[in-house]
Amino acid sequence: MEPVIRADHITIRFGDFTAVRDVSLSVGRGEIFGFLGPNGSGKTTLIKALCGLTPIASGTGSILGLDVRRNAAAIKRRIGYMSQKFGLYEDLTVAENMDFYGGVYGLTNAALSSRKDELIALTSLGPYLDRRAHRLSGGWKQRLALACALIHSPQVVFLDEPTAGIDPVARRSLWDLLFTLSGQGVTFFVTTHYMDEAERCSRAGYIYLSRLIAIGSIEELQRMPEANPPGTTRLALHLENSSEALALIRRLPYILESTIFGRSVHVLIDQAATTRLHADLTASGVHATVEPAEVSLEDVFVTLTNRIAREDTPTKEAK
Amino acid sequence: MTGGPFSGLLPVCRKEFVHLSRDRTTVFFALAIPVLQLVMFGFAIDTNVRQVPTIVLDSSRTQESRRLLEAFANSDVFQLRYFGASESDLYEAIRAGQAKVAIRIPPDYASLLQQGRLATVQVLADGSDSTITSHAVSTANGVVLQEAMHRLLGLNARPPIEVRPAVLYNPGLRSPNFFVPGLIAIMLQMMVIMLVSFSVVRERERGTLDQLWLTPVSPLGLMVGKIIPYGLLAFFELTIVLVLMRVLFQVPVHGSVPLLYLLAFAFILTVLGMGLLISTRAETQAEAFQMAVGTLLPSVFLSGYIFLIENMPIPFQGISRLIPATYFIAIVRGIVLRGATLAELWPQAAVLTAMGLLSIFLASRAFVRTRG
Repeated sequence: MEPVIRADHITIRFGDFTAVRDVSLSVGRGEIFGFLGPNGSGKTTLIKALCGLTPIASGTGSILGLDVRRNAAAIKRRIGYMSQKFGLYEDLTVAENMDFYGGVYGLTNAALSSRKDELIALTSLGPYLDRRAHRLSGGWKQRLALACALIHSPQVVFLDEPTAGIDPVARRSLWDLLFTLSGQGVTFFVTTHYMDEAERCSRAGYIYLSRLIAIGSIEELQRMPEANPPGTTRLALHLENSSEALALIRRLPYILESTIFGRSVHVLIDQAATTRLHADLTASGVHATVEPAEVSLEDVFVTLTNRIAREDTPTKEAK
Repeated sequence: MTGGPFSGLLPVCRKEFVHLSRDRTTVFFALAIPVLQLVMFGFAIDTNVRQVPTIVLDSSRTQESRRLLEAFANSDVFQLRYFGASESDLYEAIRAGQAKVAIRIPPDYASLLQQGRLATVQVLADGSDSTITSHAVSTANGVVLQEAMHRLLGLNARPPIEVRPAVLYNPGLRSPNFFVPGLIAIMLQMMVIMLVSFSVVRERERGTLDQLWLTPVSPLGLMVGKIIPYGLLAFFELTIVLVLMRVLFQVPVHGSVPLLYLLAFAFILTVLGMGLLISTRAETQAEAFQMAVGTLLPSVFLSGYIFLIENMPIPFQGISRLIPATYFIAIVRGIVLRGATLAELWPQAAVLTAMGLLSIFLASRAFVRTRG
């Protein structure tokens, strides 16, 4: 079956700058695909290219089987888009915002009014219809933005950091909405910085310095050999004073990575050195309980990022 | 509805009207400031030179000198307000700004006249206000010349030549008749450029523009959808000012009002295009405001609105030919004050129409390019 979103070796350039380099991915119907990466790594650029807005230098892409270079107009009618800025008109009411986007997508009055009823039921925006958008809280603005992005019943929806700056309760209820809709066959392409959100996705990709460096289901990503180098293991050290101990732990030569989680420190350690760790900690007067740790998505991305940073540094110096 | 080069026009247009109805402050100031300007220009500014404060030092104190001073007073240009005791009083009064002109009649004025020899009258004028001064000096020349004629020909004789001035089209030489037609052009330009550029730049600032480009809205649909409400608002404003001009300042419209509206359409199109061009360059509303003011200054000073184009140095005359307001001001003055028709105004009308089309063409090209 043809994937709903397909990118095949897409490269995008702005002058001398390569914003997206040789990215290939595909997303199937009803999937929630998480697209992660630091700011400026090319996330929004790839979305705009897949919507036919930004020209592609090489490679091909398609949405619902429509070529992004040739069928931009047809694609735009079939996709929804919501950005972290929400794209709402603050001086218009909730209903007027929905009416405007309905008009933009050419909905007839009858179609618009029945679709509005469905979306109001879905998002519980009913009591706020006559309220101006600027008087809504962040979470309600986000629901309205989602309702506007869904007004024309798109089969594919791009969400560009939809939960930036939104409180945890509103974030969770947005994700509940996304699961409901994906159950109905809507495909979502979501960018986010939140690892907990990424772990809710059916699959995820990580873009760094314009390159897609990892893609797969969450389990596949966690098992990536690059994130779990042979001969290493991940441990959680529960400490009394984690920030003080961190400096000490980082000086140990066999510790490859270390991150603080509250009162514990997660480390990637040379497997052979686990017993030495105990001795070294006790010698420094640090009391720690040590447990094996699960690899998290964050661990995976941090490890991959550090690897690339290490590989890049010598070549830069050589120049 | 969707698709085609003007996709999204109607919903955008409808939405702009809602914005206008919500943003009452902006609309109020857009409409009220021109009206305020109109009232200021109409009532407060009078460029005719009358009753210039004048100080007199009459050292002659004779029937002859009093007769001359009376002639000065009767001209209506001079108001003989102060009488000095010495020459230094005259300089003092001008330096202090109490008097703009000083008239000094020497002690031997009457005796020289009686002997048939050359008598002199000194007129000092404050050069810091050049308009008033030049007018006062030429009036003083006229007054003295006439007095000299009477002396030569006898007090009751009529001079052999006389000027019979007939001022056409603005017989009262009233300032509103000159300023208001120009003001129409300037305020239409200011209002349209600001409102249109702000409305686009606001969408860029708030991120709704990025959103719109990912919907079926086309650049031309968005552009025309924004042009229509602000174009209509401009015609509404034009009507208000014309009515005020007619009713409040009693400036008669001698020519065809439909022709005025037709040519106003070309001008409004031009400034709409300028506003849209600014909106494609400006990232913030503050930037758009500065650019709008940048277009306004040359339009105020080089369009013939205040200063005569013919008196400008040649390079500036060249610049004034590139300014749309130059042509529209000439058209409005022609139609309103002189009853000119298209037969006389076609060169200006042709240039303005060309500018309108060019401006909209450039704006739409820039608009298509800014997407993405």
